Amino acid sequence: MASVASAATESGDELVVSGGRRGFWRAVTSNGKVMLGLIVVIFFTLLAIFGPFFVGSDVNAFGLDRSAPPSSAHLLGTTAYGQDVLAQVVVGARASVALGFSTGVIATIIAVIVGLVSGYVGGWLDEVLSVFSNVFLVLPALPLAIVLASFIPYKGPLIIGFVLIITGWSWGARVLRAQTLSMRNREFVTAAKSTGEPTSRIVFYEILPGMIAVVVAQLLGTIIYAILAEAGLEYLGLGDLRGVSWGTMLYWAGNQDALALGYWWWFVPPGLCIAVLGAALAFVNFGIDEIANPRLRTVRAEKRRTRGKAKEA
Amino acid sequence: MRHLTRRIGFYLVALWASATLNFLIPRLAPGDPARALLARMHGRISPAALHALEVQYGISHEPLYSQYWQYLTNLAHGDFGTSFANAEPVTNVIARDLPWTLALVGAALIISFLLGTILGVAVAWWRGSRLDTVLMPAFTFISAIPYFWFALALVFILGHSLNWFPSNGGYDIYSYTPGWDLGFFLSATQYAVLPAFTIVIGSIAGWMLGMRNTMITTLSEDYVLMAEAKGLSQWRIMITYAARNAILPNITSFALALGFVVSGSLLTEIVFNYPGIGYALVQGVQNKDYPLIQGLFLIITVAVLVANFLADLAYVVLDPRVRSERG
Repeated sequence: MASVASAATESGDELVVSGGRRGFWRAVTSNGKVMLGLIVVIFFTLLAIFGPFFVGSDVNAFGLDRSAPPSSAHLLGTTAYGQDVLAQVVVGARASVALGFSTGVIATIIAVIVGLVSGYVGGWLDEVLSVFSNVFLVLPALPLAIVLASFIPYKGPLIIGFVLIITGWSWGARVLRAQTLSMRNREFVTAAKSTGEPTSRIVFYEILPGMIAVVVAQLLGTIIYAILAEAGLEYLGLGDLRGVSWGTMLYWAGNQDALALGYWWWFVPPGLCIAVLGAALAFVNFGIDEIANPRLRTVRAEKRRTRGKAKEA
Repeated sequence: MRHLTRRIGFYLVALWASATLNFLIPRLAPGDPARALLARMHGRISPAALHALEVQYGISHEPLYSQYWQYLTNLAHGDFGTSFANAEPVTNVIARDLPWTLALVGAALIISFLLGTILGVAVAWWRGSRLDTVLMPAFTFISAIPYFWFALALVFILGHSLNWFPSNGGYDIYSYTPGWDLGFFLSATQYAVLPAFTIVIGSIAGWMLGMRNTMITTLSEDYVLMAEAKGLSQWRIMITYAARNAILPNITSFALALGFVVSGSLLTEIVFNYPGIGYALVQGVQNKDYPLIQGLFLIITVAVLVANFLADLAYVVLDPRVRSERG
C-alpha cells in the first residue's frame, strides 16, 4: 500500500508550526480565510447553543398559516404544516452542529490512536491496522451508512452519529500514520526512548504535539464530512423524523413536494446553512494548511514573480 | 508487476470485508428486523430462494460458520438474494439499473477530474492573480454544498421554473424504449445533463484544490527553477515539468475520493428520479428491502474497487518509479 501514500499531506512534509503559541495565534488572526471561517463557525455555534431559547417551545407544532412565503410574521415563511421555517432552522442548528462536532471529535480521536500507534509501533500491528483502515477507506461510506442505518430499528442522532464515526475515521488514521512514520526516527524521539520513557508517553506526549496542525485539519475535515453525510442520511429518511434538524427539514420538504410546488423558502434555508457552515470550516482548514505549510502561502514576493510570468506567457 | 498483484490482493481483502460486513450487520442489529420481513415472503418465492434468504439473515438452525460459508458460496455464484419488493432476484435489479449509474457517474467523474485538474494547474501557475483569488473561495464554498441540495436547486431553477432541461427520470418514457437507437440515446443524454452537471460541480472543487496544492509544492522544486533558467517556454515548464509531476498525488486522491463522489452521485440520482443504483437504493430503504440494499451495497463496492484499480493502472503508466522499483 506504500505507493498510494503519497498525497501532499502524506509526503512527509513537515507540518510543524514554529514560533510558539503566540506565533501561531498571530498567524491565525492575520490570515483572512481563517478569521472569516472562524467568525461564521462561532456564529453557528452560538446559534446552536442559545438560539433555541429565543424561538417558541415547540417548533414542530402545526400552525394555521400553511406554505406562506416569507413575510414580516414569518421571516422565512412557513412549511406545508404551518411551522415557522426560521424557528426550525434555529432549532435544527443545535442538532446538526452538535452531531457534526461530536462525531468529528470522536472519529478524530480514533484516527489519532490508530494512526499514531500504527505508525510508531510498526510491525504486524501496523500491517493489520493499515489494512483495516485502508479497507474502511475504500468502502463507499454512504451506502455502508445506509445499510447500517436501515438495519438498526431505532432512529435518531445516536445511531446517525455511530454510523458516521464508523465510516469517518479511516482517512485521518491514514494521514496521521504517514506523519508519525516521518517523525519516529527524529532525535527527540530517540532521546526520549533512551531516557526510558514508556511508549505511550512518547507517542502521545512527544510525537502528538508536533503534528497538532495535521490533527486539527483532520478534525475539521471529519466535521465537514459528518455534517454533509448527516444531512444526506436524514434526507433519505434515516434520521429521527420527529426531531428537527437541517437534514430532516429537507426530508419533509422533499416529502411534501416543496420543490414542484415552488416553496423555495422551505428547502433553501437549511441547505444554505449546511453549505455556509461547511464552507466556513473548509476556509479555516485551508488557512491552517497555509500557516503550517509556508509554501502554500501567497506571499507578496511570490505574487510579483507569478505576475511577471503571467505577462510573459 | 508485484505492485499490481499486491493491489489486487488488497482489493480482494476489501471485497471479502464488505461481504462479511453484509453478513454480520443483520445478525448484530438489535431487535431482529429481518425475521418479521422474511415472514412476508412465505409463499411468494420458491422454497430454495426462501432458504437462501434465511441463510443470509441468520434465521436458520445451522451453525454460524456453515451459514457464512453458504452465504459466500451464494455470492460467488452471483446469487445476491431475492428482492422483497417484486420478489425478483436482486441481480435483475442490478442488471437493469447499473448501466445508467455507470454511464452517468462515469462520464461526470471523467469530466470533473479533467476540468478540475486543468483549473488547478491554472490557478497554481497564476497564483495570487484574480483568477486564483476568485476561484479559490468560490470553489471552497461549492465543495461544502451537499450534492442533493445543489441538485434540488437545479431542479427548481432550470427544471421547473425555466423548463430548460428535463429533471425527472432517465429518458422520455412516452416516446422511446431503451435500446440501441439514436432517438433513445439522444433523449437519455438530454436527461443526463442536469444530474451530470450536479456531480461535476459538486466534485470539481476537490480535484482543483488538490491539484493546486501539489502543483504549488512542485513549482518550488529545483528542476522547475532549472527549467526556467534554461529559458524553456512557460507552457513547457507548466505542462511537462510541473503539472506532469504534480498529477500523481492527484490520481491517488482521485482513487480515494471515489467513494465520496459515488455517495454524492447516489443522492443526486434520487433527486432527479434517475433510474440508476441510487434510486433503487432509496426505494430499498423505503420498502425495508434488505436483500436489495445489501446487494446494491456490494455492487457499489465492486464498482469503486474496480475504479480504484483503474487508477492504480494509470499510476503505473504515469510513474516510472513504480514500474522500475518493484518490477
